[in-house]
Amino acid sequence: MTKSHIKVTINGKPVEALVEPRTLLIHFLREQQNLTGAHIGCDTGHCGACTVDMDDMSVKSCMTFAIQADGARITTIEGVANPDGTLSALQEGFRMMHGLQCGYCTPGMILRAHRLLQENPNPTEDEIRTGIAGNLCRCTGYVNIVRAIQYAAAKINGTPFQEAAE
Amino acid sequence: MNEQVKIDIDRAERTEKLQGMGCKRKRVEDVRFTQGKGSYVDDLKLPGMLFGDFVRSPHAHARIVSIDTSRAKALPGVVAVLTAADLKPLGLHYMPTLAGDVQAVLADEKVLFQNQEVAFVIAEDRYIASDATELVEVVYEALPCIVDPFKAMLPDAPILREDIKDKMVGAHGPRKHPNHIFEWQIGDKQATDDVFARADVTIKEMLVDHRTHPSPLETCQSVASFDKVKGELTLWGTFQAPHVIRTVVSLISGLPEHKIHVIAPDIGGGFGNKVGAYAGYVCSVVGSIVLGVPVKWVEDRMENLSTTSFARDYHMTTELAATKDGKILGMRVHVLADHGAFDACADPSKWPAGFMNICTGSYDIPVAHLVVDGVYTNKASGGVAYRCSFRVTEAVFAIERAIEVLAQKLGMDAAELRMKNFIRAEQFPYHSALGWEYDSGDYHMAMQKAMDAIGYKALRAEQAEKREAFKRGETRELMGIGISFFTEIVGAGPAKNCDILGIAMFDSAEIRIHPTGSVIARMGTKSQGQGHETTYAQIIATELGIPADDIMIEEGNTDTAPYGLGTYGSRSTPVAGAATAVAARKIKAKAQMIAAHMLEVHEGDLEWDIDRFRVKGLPEKFKTMKEIAWSAYNAPPPNLEPGLEAVNYYEPPNMTYPFGAYFCVMDIDVDTGVAKTRRFYALDDCGTRINPMIIEGQVHGGLTEAFACAMGQEIRYDDMGNVMGASFMDFFLPTAVETPKWETDFTVTPSPHHPIGAKGVGESPHVGGVPCFSNAVNDAYAFLGAGHIQMPHDAWRLWQVGERLGLHG
Ligand code: FES
Ligand code: FES
Repeated sequence: MTKSHIKVTINGKPVEALVEPRTLLIHFLREQQNLTGAHIGCDTGHCGACTVDMDDMSVKSCMTFAIQADGARITTIEGVANPDGTLSALQEGFRMMHGLQCGYCTPGMILRAHRLLQENPNPTEDEIRTGIAGNLCRCTGYVNIVRAIQYAAAKINGTPFQEAAE
Repeated sequence: MNEQVKIDIDRAERTEKLQGMGCKRKRVEDVRFTQGKGSYVDDLKLPGMLFGDFVRSPHAHARIVSIDTSRAKALPGVVAVLTAADLKPLGLHYMPTLAGDVQAVLADEKVLFQNQEVAFVIAEDRYIASDATELVEVVYEALPCIVDPFKAMLPDAPILREDIKDKMVGAHGPRKHPNHIFEWQIGDKQATDDVFARADVTIKEMLVDHRTHPSPLETCQSVASFDKVKGELTLWGTFQAPHVIRTVVSLISGLPEHKIHVIAPDIGGGFGNKVGAYAGYVCSVVGSIVLGVPVKWVEDRMENLSTTSFARDYHMTTELAATKDGKILGMRVHVLADHGAFDACADPSKWPAGFMNICTGSYDIPVAHLVVDGVYTNKASGGVAYRCSFRVTEAVFAIERAIEVLAQKLGMDAAELRMKNFIRAEQFPYHSALGWEYDSGDYHMAMQKAMDAIGYKALRAEQAEKREAFKRGETRELMGIGISFFTEIVGAGPAKNCDILGIAMFDSAEIRIHPTGSVIARMGTKSQGQGHETTYAQIIATELGIPADDIMIEEGNTDTAPYGLGTYGSRSTPVAGAATAVAARKIKAKAQMIAAHMLEVHEGDLEWDIDRFRVKGLPEKFKTMKEIAWSAYNAPPPNLEPGLEAVNYYEPPNMTYPFGAYFCVMDIDVDTGVAKTRRFYALDDCGTRINPMIIEGQVHGGLTEAFACAMGQEIRYDDMGNVMGASFMDFFLPTAVETPKWETDFTVTPSPHHPIGAKGVGESPHVGGVPCFSNAVNDAYAFLGAGHIQMPHDAWRLWQVGERLGLHG
């Protein structure tokens, strides 16, 4: 199959590659770029395990062809830690609030939450729940994911975070 | 500051530093998972690796007339296409199941369910493999199919399993019909029948625990790599039980077990889906052996939902007999179990219906009789324990729905009826009518605590008012109060009655203390999100006084880990957790000898103090575990071998019996059928609590899966055996929006036979949650004379209930 030439910026690094027109962005990232953080959980665009950030939007990379990313800026889970390598507020929030179990949904969940907090730095619980409705988690029951995002929002905003009592 | 306060502070600080049992230690795993650095099977990339994909049957039941692979093989990039004809000479076209049946790897002569594996295409990448599956031409001759299990044993039913049609004695005794798998009976039939003949009140209800699927977010997958020169196979896969898989692969392939290296890396959820052995695993292995290069197989979601291991599909005719004032006298249950095309249940060998005989629940029921008939149908095989111990969700659903039906018939409050029949605290260890010995519990206390917490009386009063208002036409909302009080049975299990393929269901831990006092421990279990790397370390930390942060837990590599039966049925804590404690205690005993030598005192003069042995009465004379570790390698006492390590294979003396009291308050819009969970309160007693944060997380997750099962999740088939809705488009997985907010609570009744008193918790919330939701729905409609409403309770079905009752005007 003929291949197309694309230029993408991934986690701040310019990348050039040849891709088949039908190659999905998730396969391009995972198999050609060895960025295996984003996962595949379904075939229908429902689970959000593959979520990455593309040109300041959350994108399900299983529903996007790699060639559609030509010229785009992409952030994956591998690119969200702080520049000094420490965990970002969201990554830390997920760990502190036990917002993950098997970890399979986590990269997509964190990328989605990342965009949510860009759009709405101080979301209510309902806004968080609606905001992550495109991302399924089979393990956590979401309560602690919501707390994790609240933790991160508080940390970013410099406001106090009250840990919910057990 | 006085001396005692100083001592207390010092001890508290030392305890805190350990991050041992009982503390909310943050998870070790999360550092890699939050950075996208987990390593799941599909992340694996090996040089020269090929990719396999299946050609699947569009028919539920059909004869295969011919298979033509020539066009597929001609496609550039395709390396091989395997069919049953290729596997037959190797004897690999069928594989043994854990339930004593055989299962087709690639369909031989006929297909028995839609999406059954017919051919395996191996190509250079997943896109080409997928293309090639469409070029394999299979000619089928459709046969009449059986979808309804009640039609499986009709005299004129089509015979499904022609391969075993003359075998009238199966793995679990005589078969009554070619489509019959087994009949399993337990309890005293005569005594039970007598009780029913004499009882004041009896109820009988057909309770269906419908077919569903565990659907972890990561599907099943494997990578096989065969080294032709060494004759060794390495198999990475989504295995909840990697050691068992190694044994199965050895039995199937004939490769000696020591030349098979099975590795279960990070697993993206399991919930029972990843216990069994699947055609994809076998085909990746065969592909790699034949071709000499690594072969990867990754299920897509449709394949996952429609082929690998469904759960439930139990049709339970449930009866209770009671006095008119509500004392339950007996229970009688007949189950028709739909196992699909092959009996591939993942149960311990002697338990064809799992632990269904826990169905007398939390109640002191004097006599009971249970019969389970398993049948073949033209559906996918499985019957796995979806986030529960073997068939325990089914059992608890039966008793917890039935008791509500009885309450209604008696005109009694459902909580009061439960209180009246609970096994009393002083009756433990309690011998149930169907053969179990419940280890410990205080049901009345737990129930009372839960009722107080939820404000049960006030809720019933509110409900009574709402019902009146509904009758007066002032509201279109129905209020339901769901209760469930469950007793689980987990931690399989004692060798006397639990084995898999003849291997007793022990589990294991191997702990090695390094000279500098840090630790590696290897386990026979395998986490799929439960946080084992965190919690096992907490057990060791408390037992040995070494900070959890200095302890590394390793699982999933069969070369290094001791043999274990794996993680499912909430067995990790009850079995491997016990092994961990016992192994640690062996080390501690040796450490005491070394400490005595170092301190030049008699062993008996020493006492343990958090992280050290100290001389009794002389607390300033002590040796910490770290110091002891160094000595163990460099200056052990004479006649004592150097080193500090131990291994334990723990065979539990009994199961453990976690329990809990759950309450759900639900409001249902009668006109739309939309049900809203207003409150859900879960009180769990899992014995000793190792990490409360992780326990809470497990409860949240289990409740969410219970919510899904009860309120909409289903694998459904049409009359032709077409599987309906095997994608996330149709299969209900709740998002953060639908999922209720969970309230959790607990009591602690340690297991008396477990070294640290822990019972296991991962599955309780699912087991208790499903009937709680269903009871809430049923309770909402009960006063309208709805009768038992079958699950799942999605809006469409609830709207139909309103329609049937003439509530829509
Ligand atoms: S993989 Fe499920 S939405 Fe992309
Ligand atoms: S943590 Fe397992 S799917 Fe979310």
